[in-house]
Amino acid sequence: MSVDRVNTALRRVPAWVLYIVGPLPALWFLWLGLTGGLGIEPIRGLEHELGQFALKLMIAGLAITPLRRLAGLNLIRYRRAIGLLAFFYVLLHLAVWLFLDLQNWGLIRADILKRPYITIGMLAFALMIPLALTSNNRSVRKLGPSWRRLHRLTYPAVLLGAIHFVMLVKGWQAEPLIYLAVILGLLALRLRRAPRRAAA
Amino acid sequence: GLGAVESAYSTDDDPNTFEEITRYNNFYEFGTGKEDPARNAGALTTDPWAVQIDGLVDRPGSYDLGEILSGVTLEERIYRFRCVEAWSMVIPWVGFELSTLLNRVGVQPSAKYVAFETLVRPEEMPGQRRPILDWPYREGLRLDEAMHPLTILANGIYDEPLPNQNGAPLRLVVPWKYGFKSIKSIVRITLTEEQPLATWNMVNAREYGFYSNVNPQVSHPRWSQATERRIGGGLLSRRQETLMFNGYGEDVAGLYAGMDLKKLF
Repeated sequence: MSVDRVNTALRRVPAWVLYIVGPLPALWFLWLGLTGGLGIEPIRGLEHELGQFALKLMIAGLAITPLRRLAGLNLIRYRRAIGLLAFFYVLLHLAVWLFLDLQNWGLIRADILKRPYITIGMLAFALMIPLALTSNNRSVRKLGPSWRRLHRLTYPAVLLGAIHFVMLVKGWQAEPLIYLAVILGLLALRLRRAPRRAAA
Repeated sequence: GLGAVESAYSTDDDPNTFEEITRYNNFYEFGTGKEDPARNAGALTTDPWAVQIDGLVDRPGSYDLGEILSGVTLEERIYRFRCVEAWSMVIPWVGFELSTLLNRVGVQPSAKYVAFETLVRPEEMPGQRRPILDWPYREGLRLDEAMHPLTILANGIYDEPLPNQNGAPLRLVVPWKYGFKSIKSIVRITLTEEQPLATWNMVNAREYGFYSNVNPQVSHPRWSQATERRIGGGLLSRRQETLMFNGYGEDVAGLYAGMDLKKLF
């Protein structure tokens, strides 16, 4: 099947479908957590599933532009939904940490200030807030060219998210490093583009 | 069953279930996920098994497991177990005091520390095929810690032989220290004059001290040590306060009299 045919077929799939399908994994994780499907320690299991799913969505969002440029696949219509879903999963991940894991404001405050991986995770979350708030047509119109500049915050936010994952495990484990490598690769594709444009 | 007898050192806390104890493990030789050891440890051969005891001892040599276990009285020791990752369990170990073995092989007066090593067998321990840690896994105790009656070598839980994922056939249990000190599947015990290497201390000395006593006042850069989650409470369980020396202070605080435990953490 050629890329053109995929693009044509996708024209029939509206973006709002993602808002229906996207939250389903969260419900599935919650169901697993309540029924023993997330293992012996379901709070940690739920926290990790939600966080990792957010990272996967961020990777999907970052992949859209390179896929169009390198493979001609046009998924740009879904990017906003993917970004907002990523924010939704980060929010749930944070909520599990606050309300199920720590449950104590003193501990939460100490963790944010003292534990670098949590500081970095919170920073990533903070960077995503303006992005989520301006993910509507009115903001795009109102902000004009600065909307694009503002939304470059995606890059540090995603990178910090991956670093947060690498730092929270003991030792150098493969899985978080793979996430980090994929994200660095997707960001590097953007770096390469800038000088070429300048030359032209 | 192993026929272990009761011990006055056991806690009254409710033990975790066999399933919780055997399906939520850190044993990087079998993978870094908590469920990996239960999944991957089945292939480990634990019979025959021998422990090399050497260094500053009167009777060094390779001791067969049967020989080590003959003549010891197996006790059930229900201990709190506190992982450095801020979770905890209560585990009914079966074992015997490490001091009985050390006394049998004869500790020389110059010995000050005890070093331990885990088996290296990448064919049966898939985690060892990658350099996650500098294998073999190593741990160490000061001699007085090793000789303390709370310090045991365990060969069982719930009066049954230790499952592989829990460190079969013989592991250390030091209940007032973070779990990683309680080294699993031991093949070598060496009495030394110098402080021995310890794996997590080698990985990151700033985070994992040689002593690694459970201490809610010494914060870890990754996990607050003030509280812990007792495994088994499900999605709505609450954290509980972590106790100094994991609640064994009455028995062991004397070992550290005069030491600055914030520096020697």
